[in-house]
Amino acid sequence: MVQKDRGFQIFANALMIFLVICVLAPFFLMLMSSLTDEQTLIANGYSFFPKKFSTYAYRYLLVQSGSVARGYFISVSITVVGTICNLFITMLYAYPLSRKELPGRYAFAFYLFFTMLFSGGLVPAYLMWTQTFHIRNTVIALLVPGLLMSPFNVIMMRTYFTTNIPDEVVDAARVDGAGEFKILFKVVFPMAVPITATIALLVGLAYWNDWMNGLYYINDDKLYSIQVLLMKIQRNLDQLRQQAQNGSGNVNMADLPSTSVRMALTVMGILPVMIIYPFLQRYFVKGITIGAVKG
Amino acid sequence: MKKFKRTVKHFWPMYLMFLPGVIYLFINSYIPMFGIQIAFRKYNARDGVYGSPWCGLKNFEFLTKTKDAWIMIRNTVLYNLVFIILGTVLAVATAIILNEIRSKFAKQAYQTIILIPFLISMVIVSYLAYAFLSTSDGFINNTLVKLFGIDKIDWYNTPKYWPFILVIINVWKGLGYNMILYYATICGIDSTLYEAAVVDGATRWQKVVHVTLPSLRPTIIILTLMALGGIFRSDFGLFYQVPMNSGPLINVTQTIDTYVYRGLIQNNNVGMSSAAGLYQSVVGFVLVSVANGIVRKIDNESSLF
Repeated sequence: MVQKDRGFQIFANALMIFLVICVLAPFFLMLMSSLTDEQTLIANGYSFFPKKFSTYAYRYLLVQSGSVARGYFISVSITVVGTICNLFITMLYAYPLSRKELPGRYAFAFYLFFTMLFSGGLVPAYLMWTQTFHIRNTVIALLVPGLLMSPFNVIMMRTYFTTNIPDEVVDAARVDGAGEFKILFKVVFPMAVPITATIALLVGLAYWNDWMNGLYYINDDKLYSIQVLLMKIQRNLDQLRQQAQNGSGNVNMADLPSTSVRMALTVMGILPVMIIYPFLQRYFVKGITIGAVKG
Repeated sequence: MKKFKRTVKHFWPMYLMFLPGVIYLFINSYIPMFGIQIAFRKYNARDGVYGSPWCGLKNFEFLTKTKDAWIMIRNTVLYNLVFIILGTVLAVATAIILNEIRSKFAKQAYQTIILIPFLISMVIVSYLAYAFLSTSDGFINNTLVKLFGIDKIDWYNTPKYWPFILVIINVWKGLGYNMILYYATICGIDSTLYEAAVVDGATRWQKVVHVTLPSLRPTIIILTLMALGGIFRSDFGLFYQVPMNSGPLINVTQTIDTYVYRGLIQNNNVGMSSAAGLYQSVVGFVLVSVANGIVRKIDNESSLF
């Protein structure tokens, strides 16, 4: 019996280690090629164990390239500002939804749910943002469309409030003469730190990783976040490849960062996430498990 | 009326709290819902969404007449079906195996690492894919092909490989997420069920078949139904960014979302683009509503609303 279990443990661990290798291999390749000497890259291509190492790409990014520093600044700013605004709006919507005594709360709940069921799609949204609100090439484009509030998170938070904040606590605060805003921020919020942290992580990740708004609305390189910058570089590469096939065009190879620099840039694009992830892993897991099958 | 006034007077701070969210949803979600009428108009920039002349169902004609429409719908639905089936099977299998591992540390480590791809954007994924697939210096062409002495493969111009590539990338990116969902459900299974099975002399395999899988069934059904509700949607990044918008691949990479984007931005064809978008929204709405209705019948707690 014990012998048999041992065999199974080896098998199970081997299988999981195989999966781990599959997951990590592309990241390893990325890291290695960012550290490869450019000539070696040209001669041998991407490789897990390059013949010659170089930190040229990172030195280049640090010293030469203002666009990367600016991209970082923009990514960090929109992530911080966006997450704070998002949490604020989410909490403000979730709290009254969780109060059973509020007349008409079902109407507000429906108003929220309906946006999860039906959407106007890209075309009307795009025309509205560009022609009514003129957000093209403004920082609003990186912060607002689609990202400022997620109905899913509101539901998650509402459910947390209804199940974890006893009515007595809120009632007692009211008896003491506290207004609703004071109750939310001074009484309810301190009791809801775990769910707030979880939602903050999911929202922050969405902001950090967003490139679609950049694709739709931004073509001013002063406003490129790190993800948008990466996306635009890739677009130029596509064009170059197509030009090579058609034999015409106006993108110049010299304008594009070299392979190792591109890979270093990718490393920079995931670095902050990878740094905080191990410490906050359990919040991510919590966010996934309560988010998927409603809070 | 008097009662209404009293209610507002008493509860106004709470109604005020709804305000930012109400305004945001109105702009971000509800105005575009009204704007969807553009699908029935012959759009021109001067008259805008609400002023362009009506044209009936003209924009929708291509949906029944052209091959493009058939291709994008076929791709969207088929890819989603494969993603759902393969994704669920692999996630359940890995979750069960993860649960059998005894070392707590190893369990935690596997779970943490396998979730990593979920945390990165599709732009980064496209760079990672390019490192493997680039024709001139990609890892596969430079190492494997050299090793076996085959000719270099022009990945970004050869459609036949892409159904597999896209499925692999989707599994790679989503496995950790789905595995954690099922693993959490397995952790919640009443341990007395297993103890009873052991008393009855069940083997490991019998425990999986007779305890774990039946306990996972509601979760599997619910998550699958929810996924089926979204079968008309696709991940734009996966189908546009990862294949690098490559023309020769369009037959195997075009989905409704990429079609709408290409129509709108690249071809400036607002009419057909918005018609495809409306089609997607309406079918999506029906599917999500039906899926949710069934889920609610099975398990009231898990339904969306």
